[in-house]
Amino acid sequence: MADAAGVSRPDRTRTWLAALLPLVALLVFLLLFLRFGPAGVFTGSFPPVEELTITRVTLPDRGVLRVHAVNGGPAPVTVAQVLVDDASWVHTVDGSRTIGRLESREITIPYPWVEGEPVVVRLVTSTGLTFDKEVAVAVRTPAPDARYLTTFALLGLYAGVVPVFIGLLWFPFLRNLSQRWIEFFLSLTAGLLLFLGVDALAEAVELSALVPTAFQGLGLVLLGLVGTPLVLAAVGRRRRGGGSASPVYVAMLVALAIGLHNLGEGLAIGAAYASGEIALGSFLVIGFLLHNTTEGLAILAPLTKSRVTLGLLAVLGLLAGVPTIIGAWIGGFTYSPGWTALFFAIGAGAIVQVLVELARLFPGDEKGSIAAPLNVTGFLAGMLIMYLTGLLVTA
Amino acid sequence: MSDQNDRAPEGKDLVAPLMSRRQAVKWGALGTVGLAAAGTACVQRGGPLAAGDTLKGGLAPGHGSHHDMMAVGELRRDSFDPTAFLTRFDYGRESTLPSGQTLREYDMEATEFELEVVPGVFFPAWGYNGQVPGPTIRCTEGDRLRVHFTNSGTHPHTIHFHGFHPANMDGAFEVVAPGRSYTYEFDAAPFGLHLYHCHTVPLKRHIHKGLYGAFIIDPKEGRPPARELVMVMNAFDTNFDGENEIYAVNSVAFHYQKHPIELRLGEPVRAYVVNLTEFDPINSFHLHGNFYRLYRTGTNLTHHEFTDNVMLCQGERAILEFTYDHEGPFLFHAHQSEFAELGWTGMFVVRGPAVG
Ligand SMILES: [Cu+2]
Repeated sequence: MADAAGVSRPDRTRTWLAALLPLVALLVFLLLFLRFGPAGVFTGSFPPVEELTITRVTLPDRGVLRVHAVNGGPAPVTVAQVLVDDASWVHTVDGSRTIGRLESREITIPYPWVEGEPVVVRLVTSTGLTFDKEVAVAVRTPAPDARYLTTFALLGLYAGVVPVFIGLLWFPFLRNLSQRWIEFFLSLTAGLLLFLGVDALAEAVELSALVPTAFQGLGLVLLGLVGTPLVLAAVGRRRRGGGSASPVYVAMLVALAIGLHNLGEGLAIGAAYASGEIALGSFLVIGFLLHNTTEGLAILAPLTKSRVTLGLLAVLGLLAGVPTIIGAWIGGFTYSPGWTALFFAIGAGAIVQVLVELARLFPGDEKGSIAAPLNVTGFLAGMLIMYLTGLLVTA
Repeated sequence: MSDQNDRAPEGKDLVAPLMSRRQAVKWGALGTVGLAAAGTACVQRGGPLAAGDTLKGGLAPGHGSHHDMMAVGELRRDSFDPTAFLTRFDYGRESTLPSGQTLREYDMEATEFELEVVPGVFFPAWGYNGQVPGPTIRCTEGDRLRVHFTNSGTHPHTIHFHGFHPANMDGAFEVVAPGRSYTYEFDAAPFGLHLYHCHTVPLKRHIHKGLYGAFIIDPKEGRPPARELVMVMNAFDTNFDGENEIYAVNSVAFHYQKHPIELRLGEPVRAYVVNLTEFDPINSFHLHGNFYRLYRTGTNLTHHEFTDNVMLCQGERAILEFTYDHEGPFLFHAHQSEFAELGWTGMFVVRGPAVG
């Protein structure tokens, strides 16, 4: 044993040295470059490129505005003055006025904003550059109190959980269908999910534009979109050891994907509410209700031939619906476009994996082909349903 | 610079996606807000009550007192002092020509420097003699003026004096290249309050950057004694988007609000007001608790109007004469509220007469 160690050790040391050598060389080169290199060309006579992102403006109290700003640019930025609605305004900064790269600050402004009217906040940096953010409808930002938590729990319940469970009531109906019609509903599910996935991806990409540059919004979206199906596929393979996925597993996946999607929606709803974009209208709940009922149907479609317990249905319903509540809570208190974009991307990525698994549920023969006329009809109908119910939620 | 140009509007646009994304949501929200307004909200937070709150709250923060509408901090650099500028007149080097005519010689140099236009905000200025506005050139009607101009900047510049002079002394066509000099020579006329500024294209940029100043030609018989103040209304487009972010009198936003100008009870005051604002066609000067005798362009010795508000187009100017009969603080500001709230506001503090 001592002998074996004696032989292998020098080898291992050599391997480590070989791995470290380029790192040492890189470090030396970097130091030389910084000391003698032409880096001055980039910094010399040009004004620094300043970039500040106002991630959020909250209205915590009557006559108070709070601005959350992140420096996503390459150089430090000094916030010198604050203009609100084109007027210079006194304010305090929680820390130094100079914000380093990737640092953030909270700026508090005693401003008598008017309920229901827009407010525009503008930060003026020491070089005179300006960064703006508009609050479309000034409404006092909800404090994280019991009333707020209850309100959003109820909203999540109405818009996210109950509809999913209503959708699950289709189960007895689906159970008695022939194989042809089961495939029709599987196709319908695929259509629904594809629509949701593209919608989530579009939202993720839109939100990524609001992410401070240094955090690379599109990169986050890519990570979520590609990483999620890969991880899910790896987990699925480990579970079934290479065979075809069980219907229960696919239903779980569908519920998870929908849940992630609903988490993103919840974040957006909470954030919109917090930033004065939304006050709970029954109109909105109705839209989500119809939208999410069809999501319940999608969860059921893979399970038609399986033994299903009420417990399983409950788990599936909660998995899909509860994230709406959690999302709304998080979104209302600490909204960040980056996290929301990531969640939407993860939701879209999960849907990619669900679509792959759904496709595997179709028998390979001619009759059960995805391209069979009834299945194509189902697929298109699924997308159409989402489109039509979506009209009630987004415009 | 184009980079800076683009950034601000872009930042504004980025807000749009999230907003439009949930337009239906917003539509619903507006409906709800509207309903709420019709109900309790109106009673609780309506206009009259809010106004009452403000009165009760006095100067409490967050309730819209003049103390909130203000820039924060103090100037970090004391390179330009608007208070000293108010009463600083440059009569040049005075001598007498063989003909008996008074000769006044001035040295003017165009340079580039950073100007702190509000605490902490540095504007890449071009100015005469390292200041914005340039020195207030003052002389008497009929004096011979000889202005030695050196361009120490990196762009061509000139000095265009308003008034009577030969064509080649106009500063419009005799462009002075960087490193070059030019001497302007002419007889001062007509008497009045004038201005000078660079006349190199693009004009908007050369003027807005700070190459301007007040130019006073006194009438031969002089004006009655008074406390004299020079007030150049100007503004700065700090992000170069074609709109001003900062407005001021004598370059520093809110300066005379933070450092009020002290006046004496019954003391005659004469303000030389010149509008050198760029990007906004007009500006104005409104005085609180008083009226002034208005001498348009200062070219007439009888006043045109007795008023408390004058509108001045770009390049227009007026001499205002007034006396306070009440002690205490009195605001003066642009009556364009936006200009006032972005820095063009100040205060006179009137105190009892000096003893002896
Ligand atoms: Cu010029």
